[in-house]
Amino acid sequence: MIVADKKPIEEIIEEVKDYKSILIAGCNECVTVCEAGGKKEVGILASALRMYFMNQGKDVKIDEVTLERQCDHEYLEEIRNTIDQYDVVLSLACGVGVQFMAEKYVEKQVLPGVNTCFLGVTEERGVWTERCQACGQCILARTGGVCPISRCAKRLLNGPCGGSSKGKCEINPELDCAWQLIVDRLKELDRLEDYEKLTPIKDWSTDRAGGPRKVVREDVKL
Amino acid sequence: MRLQYPDTIRVIRVPCTGKVDILHILRAFEKGADGVYVVGCMEGDCRFNQGNLRARRRVEQAQVILNAIGIGGGRVHMYNLSSGEGTKFAAYATEMTERIKELGPNPLKSAKARKAA
Repeated sequence: MIVADKKPIEEIIEEVKDYKSILIAGCNECVTVCEAGGKKEVGILASALRMYFMNQGKDVKIDEVTLERQCDHEYLEEIRNTIDQYDVVLSLACGVGVQFMAEKYVEKQVLPGVNTCFLGVTEERGVWTERCQACGQCILARTGGVCPISRCAKRLLNGPCGGSSKGKCEINPELDCAWQLIVDRLKELDRLEDYEKLTPIKDWSTDRAGGPRKVVREDVKL
Repeated sequence: MRLQYPDTIRVIRVPCTGKVDILHILRAFEKGADGVYVVGCMEGDCRFNQGNLRARRRVEQAQVILNAIGIGGGRVHMYNLSSGEGTKFAAYATEMTERIKELGPNPLKSAKARKAA
């Protein structure tokens, strides 16, 4: 899922302090799971902002809504009739949702309420780590389910560098060496011969390095 | 035990402090409470395993939020005691009342009054 982190409340206050009516829009998917922008966080932020404005002696209308997703037309349409009541929308969705909402409601300023971080997993409650960098050419079949693009600091494709020491990375000693993980995994799967297969030079054009990307599925388009 | 404690306290019973959410704490202040304190079991003794630990985390979060918006994180506090310690319960009630008296009333109340005037 997309992992995001809450923005410090002081930063949010700085962004919204001059508005008279604010809609705080949460998202029921990824940001709910990483406890940054779901219904609960929307409620907490709304309460905090109401108290902030009350304390400043300002009368500000703050409403809450949590959409199923903010990256699909249908769900964003749900606020079509009510969005005009607000000066600004504070979206707690990931960067995708904030932008899509801004595209849909061009006359309404949409502010981000979270910092979108990476594609990752919940290792335990409160700890999220990166697993995928969306490079567009998945080689997990050959690396025992561990991705060297996202988990190797140097993004090496054919084995560890000389700095791999006791299973840890030389760049960040807290990180596990991805290639150590790969070899261990291939051993457990009894597929060490996959390690011998060479991966050729990667085509990075499907990675972020190739520019903004698009997927078109002719078999699905109407 | 028929001990005396200040009448400034309104007790809200929950089956476990783990049920208390940050939003409950914030809403209390929104509605004019001067202070909120959460009284839970001794750490390690929660009969639902970790409820009081979750509550502590939430109280700490509430303190951060209240500091950021100008209400003051000192107004929310968590105490741990066992259900047999009646004397301590009364002592904490008094201690909390004293602490809040020193901090003064909820600034939102005077803000609302100024607006109404």
